[in-house]
Amino acid sequence: MADEEMMTGAEMVLRALADQGVQHVFGYPGGAVLPIYDEFFQQEKVKHILVRHEQGATHMAEGYARSTGKCGVALATSGPGATNCVTGLTDAMLDSIPMVLLTGQVPTHLIGNDAFQECDTVGITRPCTKQNWLVRDVNDLARTIHEAFYVATSGRPGPVVVDIPKDVQFAKGKYTGPKGVTVKSYQPRTAPDAHAIEAAVALIATAKKPVLYTGGGVINSGPEASKLLREFVALSGIPITSTLMGLGAYPASGKEWLGMLGMHGMYEANMAMHDCDVMICVGARFDDRITGRLDAFSPGSKKIHIDIDPSSINKTVRVDIPVVADVGQALAAMLAEWKKRKVKLDETALSAWKRQIDSWRAVDCLKYRASKEVIMPQHAIQRLYDLTKDRDTYITTEVGQHQMWAAQFYRFEEPNRWMTSGGLGTMGYGLPAAVGVQAAHPKSLVIDIAGDASVQMTMQEFSTAIQYRLPIKIFILNNHYMGMVRQWQQLLHGNRLSESYSDSLPDFVKLAEAFGGKGIRCSRVADLDAAIMEMINTPGPVIFDCEVANLANCFPMIPSGKAHNEMLLGADISDEEVGTAIDAKGKQLV
Amino acid sequence: MNAHQQATGSAYNIDTTKKERQTHTLAVIAENQPGVLARIIGLFAGRGYNIDSLTVSETEHEKHVSRFTIVTTGTPSVIAQIKAQLDRMVPVHSVADLTVEGNFLARELAMVKVQGAGDKRVEALRLADAFRARVVDAATDSFVFELTGKPDKIDQFISLMVPLGLVEVSRTGVAAIARGPGVLKA
Ligand SMILES: Cc1ncc(C[n+]2csc(CCOP(=O)(O)OP(=O)(O)O)c2C)c(N)n1
Repeated sequence: MADEEMMTGAEMVLRALADQGVQHVFGYPGGAVLPIYDEFFQQEKVKHILVRHEQGATHMAEGYARSTGKCGVALATSGPGATNCVTGLTDAMLDSIPMVLLTGQVPTHLIGNDAFQECDTVGITRPCTKQNWLVRDVNDLARTIHEAFYVATSGRPGPVVVDIPKDVQFAKGKYTGPKGVTVKSYQPRTAPDAHAIEAAVALIATAKKPVLYTGGGVINSGPEASKLLREFVALSGIPITSTLMGLGAYPASGKEWLGMLGMHGMYEANMAMHDCDVMICVGARFDDRITGRLDAFSPGSKKIHIDIDPSSINKTVRVDIPVVADVGQALAAMLAEWKKRKVKLDETALSAWKRQIDSWRAVDCLKYRASKEVIMPQHAIQRLYDLTKDRDTYITTEVGQHQMWAAQFYRFEEPNRWMTSGGLGTMGYGLPAAVGVQAAHPKSLVIDIAGDASVQMTMQEFSTAIQYRLPIKIFILNNHYMGMVRQWQQLLHGNRLSESYSDSLPDFVKLAEAFGGKGIRCSRVADLDAAIMEMINTPGPVIFDCEVANLANCFPMIPSGKAHNEMLLGADISDEEVGTAIDAKGKQLV
Repeated sequence: MNAHQQATGSAYNIDTTKKERQTHTLAVIAENQPGVLARIIGLFAGRGYNIDSLTVSETEHEKHVSRFTIVTTGTPSVIAQIKAQLDRMVPVHSVADLTVEGNFLARELAMVKVQGAGDKRVEALRLADAFRARVVDAATDSFVFELTGKPDKIDQFISLMVPLGLVEVSRTGVAAIARGPGVLKA
């Protein structure tokens, strides 16, 4: 086919999407994108999913991207359509999710005139995108869209915006195909420096107490990176922990698995980070939720940091050996070097280290007071896990205690199965993200583990799920509070529960029914398994109102301003201790 | 939250302001497209970096390439972050730290308006001559001097002009280039 055909801008948009292999676009119409919607109407290659709020479209695109490894695509009109997307863009920016957002704009001759539904979309979205473009000439449109996909998906992935004035959508111009489109000024390095790899392996070879600290970068690098990571762990026997974003890259059933680290991470993982002598950070970024008190962060270790983004290196923590590369390529090179040198770690030291880790593990940091009457939220996740683990399951979450309990108690065996808002912590992410995941995996079991407050932020997307018969399951741990806020108020503010009670909650069962879905309520431990099975066996979308203990706290926890070895453990802690755990300085932190 | 007032704690409290601050001159080659300047300025504003001086102009018209000269002050780790953050921007081709790479020339142009009569007027002219400043405009009771040179030379000239009737100054900011045959690649 000729690579240069004449067509309108709106036709180009659809053609470019199809040429990029896009199958789903999450969008919402409006005046400034009507020509594009007219093209949607006249083709069948790209499926449009009509959302209920543009923020939902962006989170759907994120869920879609995270669960497939492909680029997510969203579409919104000018003005309010575009501004509604800002949260999703920022979310994708912080979690490095590839997303292309197309927005309509007022006609070029009106730009700058405060026209109806005009906003400075590229100005507003500049800080929350990797790159953005306002296309003023139809002859630049196709190439810009292809560049947008290239930028969103290469290097450290992220969101991009292409803003398209309405007259450009109507104008005729030359279409350019995606072949060979790149951005000359943006050619991120993906291959590791050989010397850095040699130095890294040489350092690991001397380790007596090594630990692998992995993150979302492993997932972003693709399934091959997870495979290589597993191979490296099997070969070296090094214990491994992961950030919230990296869960599933190494299986929770794996021999060397320490569990998640960080503020609500496992005691053994945080203690291992604190006491290790060599830390190998793979695709993670020393976020403050991970490091805790920075001047007491892993004081005795030498650190290796593998990251595709040079600006992540030495940003908060100084490292000894930086490796700027794609995680998969760096792991492949490390494995090759490891085998070439026939590295063998000091066996006696390593087993002493693992005995030490076992003693921390014996603390059993996730222990909680079980109850026969009320459903403990931890128990609910454990049952959900047990009843869904042998299925083809994807989990998304909202933000709060339920998110942390999900990370602690749901065990992930594979990458791309866990979608959560880590960097931005966006309440309202999980439900639309689940819709996006389900669109990509129509036959799979997709569950949003939700909180009663979060779920109300983007509740309306349940209607989208109904419309497209996307059988998502919304599993609400309903504690009648903004639990995480309440927990912090108890920890930091004398248990004065200012505005954190979820008053006037809707009847979630009736709400589900009002939308045309199924509602299930469960408040007794004895009924839980049967109710979960009923949810799983319901062919359509379900809202599951799981009434749980109202005042449970999420432990273990590194209180703000404290170090990894100063964790609060949950089971035996008194309310008094909870109330005084954080000192005056810690209270100023978030 | 005011990071300066806090003791050490979490990442929020790393007080980098106390460590030794250095001034660096960076040369940034970027695509000459709309929004690049805004993106670079937004980076400095959003992340709290200093801009002491910033100049920009298209340098290669056919290649659509602009050159930014940015003078910035910060601790060594902040300077390293600034360079890494600039370099990862999609429209940025390259970032060079002229201060680290060695010998470089930094020049600025200033136009200085001085009002006055009599002795002061004569003295202003005499000093301008010593600084090799050119008179680009003259009226019976004012001069505009044009002066190029290192920023500190311009600072010095301006302070000398203050008592002689200085009323207005316009400066371009610094343009810089490395000495020797080496070339900054786009
Ligand atoms: C959009 C947004 N607003 C506010 C917050 C602050 N916040 C964090 S957790 C939380 C409470 C969440 O409550 P709920 O969804 O009921 O979950 P729970 O903690 O009870 O499990 C709030 C308000 C946020 N993360 N996101």
